[in-house]
Amino acid sequence: MSVTSPNNLSGPAVVVAAEHLGLTFGTNDGPVHALSDVNLTIDKGEFVSFIGPSGCGKTTFLRTIADLEQPTSGTLSINGMTPQQARQTRAYGYVFQAPALYPWRTIEKNVALPLEIMGYSASQQAQRIKRTMDLVNLAGFEKKFPWQLSGGMQQRASIARALAFDADLLLMDEPFGALDEIVRDHLNSELLKLWSATQKTICFVTHSIPEAVYLSTKIVVMSPRPGRVTDIIESTLPKDRPLDIRETPEFLAIAARVRDGLRAGHSYEEVV
Amino acid sequence: MTRTLPILTVLLAIVVLWYLAAIAMNAPWQTDVYKRGGIENVPATQFVLDTWNQEKPVLPAAHQVLTELWNTTVMVAPNKPRSLIFHAWVTFSATGLGFLMGSLLGIGLAVLIVHNDATNRSLMPWIVASQTIPILALAPLIVVIGFNIFTGTLHIPTDPARLMSKAIISAYLSFFPVAVGMVKGLRSPEAIQLDLMRTYNASASQVFWKLRWPGAMPYLFTSLKIGVAASLVGAIVGELPTGAVAGLGARLLAGSYYSQTIQIWSALFAASILAALLVIAVSLVERLVGARMGVRPS
Repeated sequence: MSVTSPNNLSGPAVVVAAEHLGLTFGTNDGPVHALSDVNLTIDKGEFVSFIGPSGCGKTTFLRTIADLEQPTSGTLSINGMTPQQARQTRAYGYVFQAPALYPWRTIEKNVALPLEIMGYSASQQAQRIKRTMDLVNLAGFEKKFPWQLSGGMQQRASIARALAFDADLLLMDEPFGALDEIVRDHLNSELLKLWSATQKTICFVTHSIPEAVYLSTKIVVMSPRPGRVTDIIESTLPKDRPLDIRETPEFLAIAARVRDGLRAGHSYEEVV
Repeated sequence: MTRTLPILTVLLAIVVLWYLAAIAMNAPWQTDVYKRGGIENVPATQFVLDTWNQEKPVLPAAHQVLTELWNTTVMVAPNKPRSLIFHAWVTFSATGLGFLMGSLLGIGLAVLIVHNDATNRSLMPWIVASQTIPILALAPLIVVIGFNIFTGTLHIPTDPARLMSKAIISAYLSFFPVAVGMVKGLRSPEAIQLDLMRTYNASASQVFWKLRWPGAMPYLFTSLKIGVAASLVGAIVGELPTGAVAGLGARLLAGSYYSQTIQIWSALFAASILAALLVIAVSLVERLVGARMGVRPS
């Protein structure tokens, strides 16, 4: 596997580089082309959203970055390494669609899980738990068990868990997809604050056009059958984004372009 | 009140049925007794009371069994062979040892099966097949051969040897529910919980101790409750074929040799009380573990 040069002379460091990336699942009904010829570069510090209808391969792409799926063609490098090497060096934190908290662990113990596995000392664990719990506004809920928290709080805990160790890359697979709109708005603006506070690179899969436009510096529009990238939009919105930025003409223009991209990729009528 | 009332209603119904059945089943013998003694015109109430107080009834009445239980537990020193507590202890020690061995074996097999595809395919059919052999056919074999090996080849004294042979039968019966339950339990973590471990590059033992094992706890305790009851059955069955002199099984057998139905029934009661206590003990441990693991109170 060839490795893309991670750092050009002047530009920012490349975190994710995909070239002609393809992934085909063999199923009983024949091969399914989940990804086909995906070319994409993600620089350090970017907030990249992947948007598209179900089956467009956005989650598969994220899982491929995480080395949870193996590409069948093309090259993919993470921080100049193969996905497997990147996973082994714990280069990323992954936030799943569901919080995936372990129900027998308290919230702080859930946040401590990656720290225990990665061998952090007890004092370092305590310090990091404190820091990340503060970061996601869950201070005071350390001793609660997951079922004692609302869905939004559980998902915040799972974000804290992904932030607890030193990964510069955060992979988020529709983390707010199961939450209602009010909670989602709130968590979106919190996520932006968190992003600017931590300077991480974030890859964010979503179904929602407003969410993608509101959060991202770069929006990757994908279409299904086979999963491919139809448009890559660099956002012109300022980095500081209050929620009412969503009423501005600039925002609406970007949203319109995303919608056009989705329409070009066909079959996205059901989503506003 | 809402919980005890239905239970008491059912209990009352059982007792009523029991006493009615005792009249019907003991009546022929009672008529015989009257006939041989030349007694005639027995009042109905006298007849009924007599059927409930025979010395060797076909079906002893509840109060006869309870009296026998009282006399053989509270009224006798627990180290005397007349004491049911003595016999219950003998059976319990084999049950406990067998349950311990069976549970460890079951858990060990489940761990092997979950972590290795070859053992999964090769062991599972044999584990299932092991339970298709009637334990009654196998028990005498194990007890006799096991006892001979323990005392003869291994030079173990007779008492521990007898205990071990019975415990092996208990273990044979109890490992199965534990193995099957734990295979399911260790496989119960969801795909994303396992994916999460993979993103941390966690080792197999970390995945086991931090995810699979705690995730399997509810399954473990359900299996243990079945396993402990099966262990008791195994221990009693192990006491039947060998002419054992101690244990609830021996008590059952002796009772049936001499038609001591009251003794049989009180041994049966003792066995079911012991089973209930064992299951309650497992449930208590389950509740303690559950409280530590933050189980949502239902």
